[in-house]
Amino acid sequence: MNDFNKTLKSRYKHIKQEAIEQWEALQSNPDPVIYLGMGSCGIASGAGEVWNAVEKNISGLKQKIHLLKVGCIGPCYLEPFLDIKLPGKPRLCFNNVDANRAEKIINEYIIKSEAKLKPLGHLGEQVEEFDGIKSFWSIPMLKNQKRIVLRNCGIVDPENIKHYIARDGFQGLINAFNKGPEGVIEEVKIAGLRGRGGAGFPTFKKWQFCREAKGSPKYLICNADEGDPGAFMNRSLIEGDPFALLEGMLIAAYAIGSNYGYIYIRAEYPLAIHRLKIAINQMQKTGLLGKNILDSGFDFEVKLKEGAGAFVCGEETALIASIEGERGMPRNRPPFPAVSGLNGKPTNINNVETLGTVPNILRKGGKWYSGFGTEKSKGTKTFALVGKVRRTGLIEVPLGTTLREIIFDIGGGTLKPFKAVQTGGPSGGCLSKEFLDLPIDYESLTEAGSIMGSGGLIVMDEHSCMVDIAKYFLRFTSQESCGKCTPCRIGTRKMVEILERITEGKGNMEDISILESLADTVKKGSLCGLGQTAPNPVLTTLKYFKDEYEAHIDKKRCPAAVCRDLVVYRVIKEKCTGCQRCVEVCPAQAISGPRSEPHNLDPEKCIKCRACYEICRFDAIAGDAIIIE
Amino acid sequence: MPGSTNTILEQNPSNDKGSLITILQEVQKEEGYISQEAIVKISRHLRISRSTIYGVATFYSQFRFNPPGRNSIKICLGTACHVQGGDFLLNALQLEIGIKPGETTEDRRFDLGRVACLGCCALAPVMMVNNNIHSRMSVIKLREVLSKYE
Ligand SMILES: Cc1cc2nc3c(=O)[nH]c(=O)nc-3n(C[C@H](O)[C@H](O)[C@H](O)COP(=O)(O)O)c2cc1C
Ligand code: FES
Repeated sequence: MNDFNKTLKSRYKHIKQEAIEQWEALQSNPDPVIYLGMGSCGIASGAGEVWNAVEKNISGLKQKIHLLKVGCIGPCYLEPFLDIKLPGKPRLCFNNVDANRAEKIINEYIIKSEAKLKPLGHLGEQVEEFDGIKSFWSIPMLKNQKRIVLRNCGIVDPENIKHYIARDGFQGLINAFNKGPEGVIEEVKIAGLRGRGGAGFPTFKKWQFCREAKGSPKYLICNADEGDPGAFMNRSLIEGDPFALLEGMLIAAYAIGSNYGYIYIRAEYPLAIHRLKIAINQMQKTGLLGKNILDSGFDFEVKLKEGAGAFVCGEETALIASIEGERGMPRNRPPFPAVSGLNGKPTNINNVETLGTVPNILRKGGKWYSGFGTEKSKGTKTFALVGKVRRTGLIEVPLGTTLREIIFDIGGGTLKPFKAVQTGGPSGGCLSKEFLDLPIDYESLTEAGSIMGSGGLIVMDEHSCMVDIAKYFLRFTSQESCGKCTPCRIGTRKMVEILERITEGKGNMEDISILESLADTVKKGSLCGLGQTAPNPVLTTLKYFKDEYEAHIDKKRCPAAVCRDLVVYRVIKEKCTGCQRCVEVCPAQAISGPRSEPHNLDPEKCIKCRACYEICRFDAIAGDAIIIE
Repeated sequence: MPGSTNTILEQNPSNDKGSLITILQEVQKEEGYISQEAIVKISRHLRISRSTIYGVATFYSQFRFNPPGRNSIKICLGTACHVQGGDFLLNALQLEIGIKPGETTEDRRFDLGRVACLGCCALAPVMMVNNNIHSRMSVIKLREVLSKYE
C-alpha cells in the first residue's frame, strides 16, 4: 500500500473509531434513549408538541434520559413516531404518538416498567420477534421494501456526523480515492445506475462526458429543486440523511475532476436547508470538505443556492441560468452542460437520489447494486406513495416491482375502488387498472405513455375525475411555462381553456380532436422537457378514460362527482337525523330545517363549498345524509 | 426594517451579478416584500437596470411586491393535495377571509398565497400558516385553525 493510502486510512480510522464509540454507546446505553421522528411530515403531524411533552416529562426524573431527533422512517400516515431504547432491549417504535401517548409511554416503559401500550414493532438488527413484538421491518408496508438509499432515514440523528460515520459513512469515499476517478466511473457503470431525476440517463456516461470535457474549473450541481407537486423523496432523504447526499457529491466531484459544488434546493424546504447547513459545517470541521480532504490532495467546497419557486428551474439549463442570477429559462441543447454549463464551464448535474445512491455503490460494489432491479433498470428507487391509498408515505423498492405490489401490498389498497395511478408528475400520465401488473422500470412506463419521473405515485379512486386531473396538470404547466417558446406558452393555455369548457359542461365532441392535435404540436414543437411532456396527462387520460370525457361532453355529467358545475348537493331525507350541524357550517344559509327533522338544501343558494358534505361524514350523529351527485 | 437593504447590499459584492436572486431573497426575508425603494437600491449596487431586476423577480413565484399581512397563509395546490380536495379548501378559505391568492386582508391579519407542494403530500391536504404546517385539513377544520392566528 502506498503512503497516500496509508495516511488516508489512518485519518479515517481515527474519525471512525470515535464515531463508533459514540454510536455503540447509544446502543448499549445504561440510560434510556428516546428518538423522535422530526422530519417535515412528523412535525406537520405534531411531533413538535410531542417533543415538548417528552422534555417536560423527563425533566424532573432522577434517571438520565437521552432525547434525539431522527428523520422520516417512511410510513408518514403513522406519524409522529417515537422510539424508545431501553438497556438490553431492541429499540421499540410507537406510531401516532401525541403528547398524552408520549407521557403514557414514558410512564409505563421508563418510570414504572410495566409496559402495557404495544409498540408497532422493534427496530433491532434481528428480524425475529422479541417478547412477542414483531420487527418493524416486517409490517405490511415495510416488508416488501428494500432500503438502500434510505438505509439511515429514521434511524440516525441527521444532525450528527458521527452517527453517519459509525454506520460506514464515507467508506464509499475512501474506496473511491483508492480506485481513482476512472475506477469510480467504472464502478458506477457496473452498477448500472441511471439518473433518478426523471430521464434515467446512465450516470457513468454523464460523468465521463464531463470528465473528458476541456475547461476549468468544472462544476458539480445537485438538483434538489424537486418541483414535481406531490413528490417528496428528495426532501425526506435530505432531512433524514444529508451526509449521504454530500458523500455522493464528493465522490462524483472526484470522479469528474471538480472542486466546486452547488446544491440548488427549493426554498419551500426550510428544514432540509437547515440540516444541509449543519451537515456542511460538520464536514468542514472534520476535514471532509475544504482543502486536501482526508489528506488525499482532493479539494472540494459546496455552496447552497435556494430556488425561488419556479418548476421549470428543475430543468438543467434553466437551473444554471437561475444560479447565475437570471430568469430561469431553458436554452437549446447542445451544447450540453457537460461541455458548457455554469459560467460556460463543464458542469455535471445530478438529482439528490442519484447522488445519495452513489456512496452505497462505492461501499458495497457496483456488482452488488446491479443485483437489484431489472435487466435495463438496475437498483432500487424511492417513491412518494400518496393520494387515495390507505398507507401513504415514502417507500423504496427494487425497480421492476409491479404497480399492484406497490399500491396494494405496500400501500394497502384504496378505500373506494381503484381507478388510476399517476406517475411522473406533470410530465407523466395516468395509468388505469389494466396496468397494475406492469413492472415499474424506465422503459415500460414510457411505453405505457407515462414516465418514471422523479418518483411521485398518486393513487386515485372512483372519487377522482380524470378530466379534472388532466385540467389540473395542464393548468400547472401553463402557469409554470417560462414563456420562451410559443407552442408551450400558447398551446398549453389553449388546452386548459378547452378542458375548462369540458368540465363546465360546455364542451363538444370536436374538442377532443382539437385537444389531440394541440397535444401533438406542443409535444413536437416545444423547446424543453416541460413543454415536450406537458400533454402527457391529457393524452393518457384520453386514451384510458375516454368515457369520462364523453360523459362530461354528452351527458353533462361528472361520474366522479368532482367538477363543480356538473354536480348538485342533496340531502337524503331517510338518512338525515336533523342534527343541524350542516345548518351551522353552511356559509350561504342554503340549508334550513328544524332540529330532529330532515333538512332542506336550497340548490339556488348552494355555493358547493363542501362544508356540509364534510361535516355530515365527519360526525357520527349526522351519518352520511348529504351526497354530491 | 428600514436600512436593512443597505446592510444586505454591503454583504454582497457589487461585481457578483449572480447574487441578484440571493439578495432579493434576503431583502424579502428582512422586509417581508420587495419594495420599489429596494429595487432602486439593488439596481444601483449591482449596476443592473430596474426593469431587468423586475423581470427576474416577477419570474419567480416566491417574491411579493406588496406588504404581507401579520400571518401568511399558503395553501398547497400540489397534486396530492388536489386529489384530496385542496381546491375546496382554497375556495372555502377565500370565502372565509374574503381575499384571493396574492392579496392581503384589509385589517392586515392575513395574506394568502398558494404553493405547489410543501412536501407533506402523505398528509394531504395541507396548508401552512407562517411556518406551521397544518395537515389533513378540511373545510370544517378551517375556522378552528384560523382562530389560532390573530
Ligand atoms: C421541466 C423540468 C423539470 C425538472 N425538474 C427536476 C427536478 O425537480 N429535480 C430533478 O432532479 N430533475 C428535474 N428535471 C430533470 C433535470 O433536467 C435533469 O435531467 C436531472 O436533474 C439530471 O439528474 P439525474 O441524471 O441524476 O437524473 C426536470 C426536467 C424538466 C424538463
Ligand atoms: S401536494 Fe400538497 S404537500 Fe405535496
